Amino acid sequence: MTTAESSTAGAPHGRYPAGQGSARARDLHLTDSVRSARQDARAQGGQSGQWMPYLPASGSPYCPPEVDPSALVWAETVAPGGYTHKVLARGTRLRFDDPTGDACAHLLLFNALEPIERLNVADTQKIPWQAYLGQNHPLLSGDGRVLAVVSGDSSGRHDAFCGTTTDAWNERKYGDARPEGPSPSGRGLFLKAAAKHGLSRRDLPPGVSFFQGVRVESDGTLGWQGSAGPGTHVELIAEMPLLVLVANVAHPLDPRPGYVVGPLRVHAWRGAPTGPGEPRFTATPELHRAYLNTVDYCEARGL
Amino acid sequence: MATTRTGNTPVTRPTVPGGPVASTVPVGAVYAEGTRLEWGASLVEGSVVLDETVAPNAPWSAVVRQGHVLTIVDVGGNQSADCLLYSADDPEERYSVPDTLSWQGNAYVRTGTVLRSNEGRPLMTVVANEIDRQDTIGGACGKESNTLRYGHHVMFQHGCRENFLAEAGRRGLGVRDLVSNLNWFMNVPVEADGALGIVDGMSAPGRRVAVRAERDVLVLVSNCPQMNNPCNDFNPTPLRMLVVDPTPAARETRLAPPVGDARSAAAAGTPEGAS
Repeated sequence: MTTAESSTAGAPHGRYPAGQGSARARDLHLTDSVRSARQDARAQGGQSGQWMPYLPASGSPYCPPEVDPSALVWAETVAPGGYTHKVLARGTRLRFDDPTGDACAHLLLFNALEPIERLNVADTQKIPWQAYLGQNHPLLSGDGRVLAVVSGDSSGRHDAFCGTTTDAWNERKYGDARPEGPSPSGRGLFLKAAAKHGLSRRDLPPGVSFFQGVRVESDGTLGWQGSAGPGTHVELIAEMPLLVLVANVAHPLDPRPGYVVGPLRVHAWRGAPTGPGEPRFTATPELHRAYLNTVDYCEARGL
Repeated sequence: MATTRTGNTPVTRPTVPGGPVASTVPVGAVYAEGTRLEWGASLVEGSVVLDETVAPNAPWSAVVRQGHVLTIVDVGGNQSADCLLYSADDPEERYSVPDTLSWQGNAYVRTGTVLRSNEGRPLMTVVANEIDRQDTIGGACGKESNTLRYGHHVMFQHGCRENFLAEAGRRGLGVRDLVSNLNWFMNVPVEADGALGIVDGMSAPGRRVAVRAERDVLVLVSNCPQMNNPCNDFNPTPLRMLVVDPTPAARETRLAPPVGDARSAAAAGTPEGAS
């Protein structure tokens, strides 16, 4: 169908040149013995692709400006329709870059030490008295603590209303939602990411997404804004030890008939959590008490 | 107190918290003497299969069978009924705010809103509603979040998250199963600049909402005890929960003699302002 043909998540993640079928791939490999198979496998190393993790992170070709590469702890380009996940230490800076204007970073956060504490979108909107994510907006857990805070934002086009896509949604909209297919659902990818940390679908709350904006009109209509164009970024500070799950999938309200997603760059580097001496710590009464709760928890745990 | 309640309506929960003994426990507030209470009736014709009262501050749960309609009566007016839904057969499939909002393309819950699961499937549908819009953005209050909103001096107070945990525990569910919820009769506007908050309600004593189960659904409710914002008009009142079977066969049974069945009388009539 046409929607599948125009999907940006259909190619097998850059592993083979476009149009190259399995018959051609067969001709490229001599694997008739263990020795030749080993040689063939080892000859594949050292290549680079459009979407991949960069190890060590300090070797990232896309190190954010004004970041010391030696401080990087995570560097990756997530494919369109791909996902990633990481456990981050308290204080880590986490940055998402949207180089094409078509990325959509769906995010779930958990306390890495007690994953039953997790992102609570209702509290994230209600407690700051603000529905739209932006600079200094805390991503709150249901336990009255700051999991992360938005410390940088050159996009301003984000969403905390619509969550991510389900299989039912993508099957209706694109005719396919398989995680290995051309229009994977965000929930399908989150399920796999969560499973790799011992979590299951019970553990997946509503999430937020970055780079594709939604605004609420006066009658409640959820209006699509789309992105702010290529080259924007969002930066977060992990205020607690975090399990981070990211799915880079088309936003549920994306009006385009095809499944259009761009690559998502992810970088994280060592840093300190927001401290009592910083203006953010006391920026609002709600944020101040949220930080007091967060520090209280971390101090008691020896973090 | 004003009431259309009859002796045939069983009270399965106490209408006020507290008990017969003198206690030093700082329990939550209950409605003031003289508060107008309208007990209402089902919004949909049918044979009553459940009729219970949720006391102020208390949790409640029941399984509503596919096709049955649950009417929630805001007995005292502007009493938030925080609500979570689960597929009774598979509680890991449960109510989802973002799926409900995305599918309808609107941030508010009104008549016709399909309350969807985290898998995008219908759990319940709002079939009648007597206030302009219902909330599903404002989430639930809780001891922990109350400290952010009002200060640590209110940490001891009861909250909806506590109610959800207690009632979920009775159903074999726990903290992993709590997600963002519905707030029947609560008013949370989103302004043009994204400002959002709980403001004075648009409901009144006896206003109702009715939701039809699209499959067997476990309904969890917290009768909100919050005394620091207007989600219950600072006057926690009871809720009445009525489930009817609207199928013709069930209605035939219900409409048959004996006449004078109080529940039949209570179910009659179309509410003012129904939309």
